[in-house]
Amino acid sequence: MSAPDAAALVEVEAIHTHYGKSHILDGVSLRVGPGEVVGLLGRNGVGKSTTLKSIMGLVRPSRGRVLLEGKPITGLPAHRLARLGIGYVPEDRRIFRQLTVIENLRTGLDRQGVAEARKHALLQKVYDYFPVLAERRSQPGGTLSGGEQQMLAIARAMMLEPKIILLDEPTEGLMPRMVSQISKIIRVLRRERIAILLVEQNVPLTLAASERVYFMEKGAIRHHAAASELHADDAVIRQYLGI
Amino acid sequence: MEIPLDLILIQTVNGIVTGMILALVASGLTLIFGIMDVVNFAHGELFMLGAYFGVIVLSATGSFWVALVVATLMVALLGAALQVVTLRPLIGRDPLTTILTTFGISLVLQNYALWQFGPVARKIQEPLSGHFPLFYLEYPVYRLVIALLSAAIIGGLWLFLKYGRYGIWIRATMQDRVMAQAMGIPVPWVYTAVFAIGAGMAAASGVLFGPLVGVHHTMGLDWILRAFIVVVVGGMGSLGGSVAAAIFISLLEAYSSIWVSPAQAAIVSFVVLILTLLFRPTGLFVPTPK
Amino acid sequence: MRERDHARVYWTGFTVVVALLALAPLVLPEYWRRFVTEILIWGLLAMSSDILIGYTGMVSFGHSAFFGLGVYGAGAALLMVKPPSLWLAIVFGLIGAGSVALFVAYFSTRLRDIYFAITTLIFSQIFYVIIFTWTDVTGGENGLTFRKPPLGIPGVFSTPFTTSTLHWFVLAVVTLSYLLLRRITHSPFGMVLQSIRENEARTRAIGYPVERYKIAAVMLSGLFAGLAGVLYAVQKSFAAPDFVFFLISGQTVIFNVIGGIGTLVGPIVGAGFFLMLHEVLSRFLTEYYLIPVGIIFIAMVIFMPQGLLGFARRWLNR
Repeated sequence: MSAPDAAALVEVEAIHTHYGKSHILDGVSLRVGPGEVVGLLGRNGVGKSTTLKSIMGLVRPSRGRVLLEGKPITGLPAHRLARLGIGYVPEDRRIFRQLTVIENLRTGLDRQGVAEARKHALLQKVYDYFPVLAERRSQPGGTLSGGEQQMLAIARAMMLEPKIILLDEPTEGLMPRMVSQISKIIRVLRRERIAILLVEQNVPLTLAASERVYFMEKGAIRHHAAASELHADDAVIRQYLGI
Repeated sequence: MEIPLDLILIQTVNGIVTGMILALVASGLTLIFGIMDVVNFAHGELFMLGAYFGVIVLSATGSFWVALVVATLMVALLGAALQVVTLRPLIGRDPLTTILTTFGISLVLQNYALWQFGPVARKIQEPLSGHFPLFYLEYPVYRLVIALLSAAIIGGLWLFLKYGRYGIWIRATMQDRVMAQAMGIPVPWVYTAVFAIGAGMAAASGVLFGPLVGVHHTMGLDWILRAFIVVVVGGMGSLGGSVAAAIFISLLEAYSSIWVSPAQAAIVSFVVLILTLLFRPTGLFVPTPK
Repeated sequence: MRERDHARVYWTGFTVVVALLALAPLVLPEYWRRFVTEILIWGLLAMSSDILIGYTGMVSFGHSAFFGLGVYGAGAALLMVKPPSLWLAIVFGLIGAGSVALFVAYFSTRLRDIYFAITTLIFSQIFYVIIFTWTDVTGGENGLTFRKPPLGIPGVFSTPFTTSTLHWFVLAVVTLSYLLLRRITHSPFGMVLQSIRENEARTRAIGYPVERYKIAAVMLSGLFAGLAGVLYAVQKSFAAPDFVFFLISGQTVIFNVIGGIGTLVGPIVGAGFFLMLHEVLSRFLTEYYLIPVGIIFIAMVIFMPQGLLGFARRWLNR
């Protein structure tokens, strides 16, 4: 890959990650610019989620570096990374099920040095984007529908005022009607100038939402292209996704 | 055999009073378990140290209430230090290792107390010496104060967990520690804080209980056993369950000591434990798991 | 070839150690003779607990109940039957420990991990309370005193126990127990226990009745703990509620962790190390010796979880 790019927001440099004895990531390198939406495509089990977890500090790469705005962040605990501006929306959403919607949001909002007025503004903003969350603010997170939980997971990450959100399979298990909702949310984040690293199975959505796309296979990046150059039925997509 | 109603009522009051102290001890234990999967074997020793620190501060300041607050804070601080030094390195290891370390801590603290304070029991002067008539008894007002204060502390903990900013952090950590961390919650420090809170609650109950029977370096073991029973019967990690179980068991023990000696009355709680394990191993006072 | 070498080294080491222990009473003064015998008895108790901690992955905090009932069972036989018989003491002790073990096993094996540890602790306290308060039968706080039985086979020979003959008898019992337990842990039964330790759910899925194996493991462990109790009763000639008290269970766990769990020999080493530490430290610190012991124990859990034996083994292999 190219030398560290001063303009990159997140730069992943040849990371290797293991779970016990199995070697999951075998030298993954990628780059996300400020405010950029980048897709990460590949079959199941090629290491897409592990890439996100490695960036988030939830698993520790054995080799390689992760940089945030040029500063190395490899091996920092996840809570430090969250404070530095990385939001994480995991695959299964992982809402705090027994916490109410507002309490879920407050887990990210109650940071040191955030003025009350700012908190209110942030909350108001996500309530404007997701009116349904405002309606259900006192309801336990576990009682929300799948789509609502996905909104809550994203809204919760937005509470951190992140520079980037790592978005893992946001459309998984959602009804088709909700899928278009997700594209809308991604556009919202983009308008907020929040960069996204998007892991998705839904190829048309990914191509439409992203500026660039990486293709993963067997724990490494194999291909890289501008989203505008690709179509859902391209040979390269068939090759890496087996559609 | 005729049981006089007044005896039953007196024992009811007694049972509730001990039940509330037991609930205070057990809620710290269950909180620590629920959040960090640590069975705190040293909980009884923190109770005992709280009582001793209470003795010291009381003799220095002359105020029971200052002693209560200062001893609680001292033991909370000690708890935080113990957590950082001995339990933090074990995060991610088998939970059984934590029972071993806290057992080691209990050995050290118990013998430290013996060394520092000697084998003779110390007395804490009760802050209120008033009595009120209860049937044929002059019942000490202080006992009721204990019950009320314990209830107030547990209630305070509940409010803090429910509405406090850090209370939400604690509950989020309890439900999903990985996601809590990804939301910027400093989970290692949450652990430390929770251990400190639990330790402080144990210490507070130690100071409150001190005036009833005196302070002794082995008093911890008796309480930790009862608290363990309460926590298992109440459902591990369930705060409400622990409170209910503490009162339930203390009432049973109080009633049975109408007939048998207090040492034998302890067997009642063992029987409750066995029955719980047989018929409802997840705990008597928690909803049936789905 | 290498395996045979390994076996040769092992059996040579085994013979040397047993021979040294057998020679010990001939060279050691009276006090230390008793001391070594005591190490062997505590070692047997610790080894019995290793079946659970090391091989099945269940930490028992209730071994004092098995041990104590062994002591009281032996005591009962020695008091009630005239003339006192060693073999009857063993039988009574094993019956006592075995029935307690069956009771504890039946209830506590329904629970796993820390729940198991807590319930074993609570159960052992039940027996402590019973023995402490049932003064008519157990002597309560004062305990029971009885005479040492003679060592012998009825109708063949009979000789009173001296510190030396007692030492040899204990050494023989402990050595045989070790060989037997080693055999058991290498047997298919032992393999199932270890597979429960590694992955209980999978072991159950393969079709093993895990609960029954666990009950058997607790029973086995309890019987050998009871045997240690019988030996202790013979050595001390009295039974006291302290022998059933939780502190004994705690020490047993400490022996295991210090020596190295899952090795059978390790717990004996741990018992020896602990008693030496006690011996040395209590000269300066009297009863406060448990403060440094506790700190060493905590440090070992954190930094040396494989115990002294595991550490030595790694160091030798380096």
